[in-house]
Amino acid sequence: MPDSKARASIFITCLVDQFYPHVGEAMVKVLRGQGVQLSFPRAQTCCGQPAFNAGYQSEARDLAKRFISIFDGDSYVVAPSGSCTSMVRVFYPDLFKDDPKMLEKVQSLGARTYEFSEFLVKVLGVTEVGASHSGSVAYHPSCHLLRELKVRSEPGQLLQNVNGIEIKDLPDAEQCCGFGGSFAVKYPHISGSILERKLDCIRKSGADTLVANDAGCLMHMAGGLKRQKIPVQARHIAEILASRE
Amino acid sequence: MEIKTREFKAGSRRAVNNVRVQQAARRATGNLLRERNNAAAELREWEDFRNRAREIKAHTIERLDEYLARFADSVEKAGGKVVWASTAEEASDYVVSLAREKGVRTVVKGKSMATEEIDLNHKLAGVGVEAIETDLGEYMIQLAGETPFHIIAPAIHKTRQDFGQLFSEHLSIPYEEDPQRLTQIARHALREKFSHADMGVTGANFGMAETGTIVLVENEGNQRLSTALPPIHVSIMGMEKVIPTLQDLSVFLALLPRSATGQKASSYVSMITGPRGPGEIDGPEEFHMVILDNGRSRILADPTMRESLYCIRCAACLNICPVYNSVGGHAYGWVYSGPIGSIITPELVGVGEAKDLPAASTLCAACRDVCPIKIDIPHMLLKLRHKSIEPSPRHPASNEARPSRMEKWLVRAWASAMKSQRAYSFTTALARLAQRPLLKNGHFRWLPPFLRGWTDHREFPALAPSSFRQIWNERLSKDAPD
Repeated sequence: MPDSKARASIFITCLVDQFYPHVGEAMVKVLRGQGVQLSFPRAQTCCGQPAFNAGYQSEARDLAKRFISIFDGDSYVVAPSGSCTSMVRVFYPDLFKDDPKMLEKVQSLGARTYEFSEFLVKVLGVTEVGASHSGSVAYHPSCHLLRELKVRSEPGQLLQNVNGIEIKDLPDAEQCCGFGGSFAVKYPHISGSILERKLDCIRKSGADTLVANDAGCLMHMAGGLKRQKIPVQARHIAEILASRE
Repeated sequence: MEIKTREFKAGSRRAVNNVRVQQAARRATGNLLRERNNAAAELREWEDFRNRAREIKAHTIERLDEYLARFADSVEKAGGKVVWASTAEEASDYVVSLAREKGVRTVVKGKSMATEEIDLNHKLAGVGVEAIETDLGEYMIQLAGETPFHIIAPAIHKTRQDFGQLFSEHLSIPYEEDPQRLTQIARHALREKFSHADMGVTGANFGMAETGTIVLVENEGNQRLSTALPPIHVSIMGMEKVIPTLQDLSVFLALLPRSATGQKASSYVSMITGPRGPGEIDGPEEFHMVILDNGRSRILADPTMRESLYCIRCAACLNICPVYNSVGGHAYGWVYSGPIGSIITPELVGVGEAKDLPAASTLCAACRDVCPIKIDIPHMLLKLRHKSIEPSPRHPASNEARPSRMEKWLVRAWASAMKSQRAYSFTTALARLAQRPLLKNGHFRWLPPFLRGWTDHREFPALAPSSFRQIWNERLSKDAPD
């Protein structure tokens, strides 16, 4: 059921906050364009995923508790990241599986926490946001978005309805880009080798812009594109959907 | 098999740089995966089969003691001998002493990962018994003195030129690289061995509790020969491979060949119940069933890791894995490679011996999607990472498993900074200042050592001049309705 007077809290995520604030701005523009009332809980920091993925569950649990109290209430929570959203929706319940009271809280938070494109399509019922973008894009589905949240078709529906856009096929699109958080610095040779194959596919797509929904994957792929001097821009989907060029 | 899991970093680095091996292996995994995808798409009830298989496995593993006892009873009723081996040594010792007792000189072997696990070939060689691998790929690997590169296709990293070289060296024949000719040569050499072998050793893909029947799924017919010609047949089966009935088998026979190679059915499915019976004219005189634990009951005891015992060894997770496709099978350092290896190896050889395996994953979860039993490999990788940081009394971690002090300190410092908005803002503001002399065209030209791996392959961007929260405070919040 489309929700026309939705209220949502922005869960900005560390990477967008610190490295790509323009992605956050683009997300704000698109969501406000749909009449969503936005707030930004200022106490927010990190959801704890880096600690959780490295095995430091007690540190992750502390950060999760903090996150849960900051995003308490009944408004939606929207993040420009499939990975950070899956931390809240999929992995928080795992952290509190032995604590029934917290588990209940976490599950209700998880049920109202959405990744940006998923929020537009599933909650607002919107697949056309009035964007226009001249150029060709190839879409890379990031792994957590695809396989933890099962968001498969939504980003494509939104991109297809952008005026003037040409969507190119990305070969082996669903293959991981090799980022994997700290994996990228712990095992750089493996991460680099996986990235190499992704860059080949991006080249083959013939697109001038690579689009994804996660800043981590984008940082990784953009860093590779730049290192290899491949003239393809990496953009977050919010930037394309906010574009009016 | 010798455990070299500690050498993962060095081994994977070597593997990544070996372009020829990488290309050969990747071509093969790509083909296997494509065939698997077609086969899965063609079978309308694919998801139903997967769900049913998972139910059967969950049901059986929850009552494994019961089903194993029933299986053992049935094997004995059929005239077989049952041996319970709690360790690899117990299993190999049994086969070795049986071979000595019976005066066995030659053993023909069907491909079996369980026999790799107990290092049977070397153990037999130690007492002067020749054990010959009769699966073509495995034969090749044995000639080359290597270990399997892949769970179902042990020699996928070898080219036909490699095959030609090996044959010409070891069989004293002129160099030949035509695959058909090479197969004929191997066939000829192996037939000779089959006809003289005193013992056949195989694994078992499934063991049916109801009848005590073992099931062997293969394409070359060598397993069937190994079990039909020699007077003694020994089967070594991991204890998790038992299923209740023949009816359950039909579910797995739909999934296993399709997931492994994309075949609707494998060329041979042998079902063997005990030795040759009275009045029967073929089959071995003796049948020995070795049921192998070797760490599996440890997995069984841990509910968070238990479903790793659902695996039917189709190797689809290897074919789809970005890490396996970069480092190949040898880097994993033991019998089982790829995603499934990364969750069972640490449990079988010790978390401290193999802490790189669960860490060396992007957590992309493609393995879970391709798994015919939907085993949640990525979430178990996370559980293993946790085990090595916070060992519980039930899962003690050796010193080697524990992270370095530096890492712990970094994570704790980071976590405590993240617990306060002030500390977060202060640290990031500090980083903005500190980064200035290190930047060039918006990217870092120098990173601290623990981040330096990044710049081996990628540029690292500068922190933005202002954070989103600053921008929100300055501009965006003013548009907010409250």
